[in-house]
Amino acid sequence: MNIISKIIIPLFVVFIIYCGLKKKIDVYDSFLKGAKEGLITCFNIFPAMLAMIFAINIFLNSGIINFLLGGFESIFNTLNIPFSVLPMAILRPISGNASLAILNDILRTLGPDSYAGRLASILQGCTDTTVYVIALYFSSVRISKTKQALPVGLFADLMGILAAFVLTKIFFG
Amino acid sequence: MVSIIWAVLIFLGVFYYLFTGNIEALNNEVLTNSKKALELMLELMPVIVLWTGLMKIAEDSGLLFKFAKFLSPFLRKLFPEVKKDSLALGYIASNIAANMLGLGSAATPFGLKAMDELQKENPNKKEASTPMITFLVLNTAGVTIIPTTILAMRVMYNSANPEEIILPAILATAISSISGLTLDYFIRRKKK
Repeated sequence: MNIISKIIIPLFVVFIIYCGLKKKIDVYDSFLKGAKEGLITCFNIFPAMLAMIFAINIFLNSGIINFLLGGFESIFNTLNIPFSVLPMAILRPISGNASLAILNDILRTLGPDSYAGRLASILQGCTDTTVYVIALYFSSVRISKTKQALPVGLFADLMGILAAFVLTKIFFG
Repeated sequence: MVSIIWAVLIFLGVFYYLFTGNIEALNNEVLTNSKKALELMLELMPVIVLWTGLMKIAEDSGLLFKFAKFLSPFLRKLFPEVKKDSLALGYIASNIAANMLGLGSAATPFGLKAMDELQKENPNKKEASTPMITFLVLNTAGVTIIPTTILAMRVMYNSANPEEIILPAILATAISSISGLTLDYFIRRKKK
């Protein structure tokens, strides 16, 4: 599986260029045209990226999340679930790196085959960074009215997170 | 809605810094943390530029269109409003495929291009269109079949069975995507 996932991208690159040549396209010119569009996209998404990273970092580094969730610690202890999966579940839609850091911590201290390790792995896999993706994608095309995108995205995350807790219980008891 | 979350994150963070008396750290945080955005952009930009370049070749050669056509029975159901010959479907399909394989960094450029193509068909350029919202709900649910990063970490910490989490993770993702799409569908129906 590891080899397949490593070889798939290089082969894909060769395949794209080969198809271009076969259709007698000026592949180099096409590449430059597309790359330039990509550069403009980067330019368009940078303000949103900076805004989000600024807010997320202040929030995370202030340590408030542990303060807010402190009350839940005893509940988690009685359920025999390590408390650290709760901040991870809450951070998952906001920051992929933050939840990945917690996952790393859980795997290192409790082991990947512990109940918490499995639960945290599934939590990381069950959803993506909704808040960040929505801010980024809409800003790239300069849309300010995002309508129901964010609430629906967060609802999907919530269902995914709940499913992760339930499925871990079912699969690994 | 994005505004509210953005403001709440900043307010809560700043108040808690003040509450704990960590003013030095707060000042430092406000003055320097935006540098991290540039670091991230420096990491992301070459990937985006490379893949939008390569995908332009795929677009010009008709490969992308063929791929979209191949997946269109499935995509047409999810995105009935998108024009049949739209390149958006090709980019959406590429984005979903890259996400499924756990190639997150390659998925982002495809996603951004998909938004670009959807915006061309959008009658109101300031407002999110229906297919955009459907696409983002699908995208943020993160449909992953091979979660490469998580597997790598589990291998690194010597898991006896690193792949055992794949099936429950796929199921959890599926539940997340389906509930998102269902809610989106009902919100749209109610508005009509």
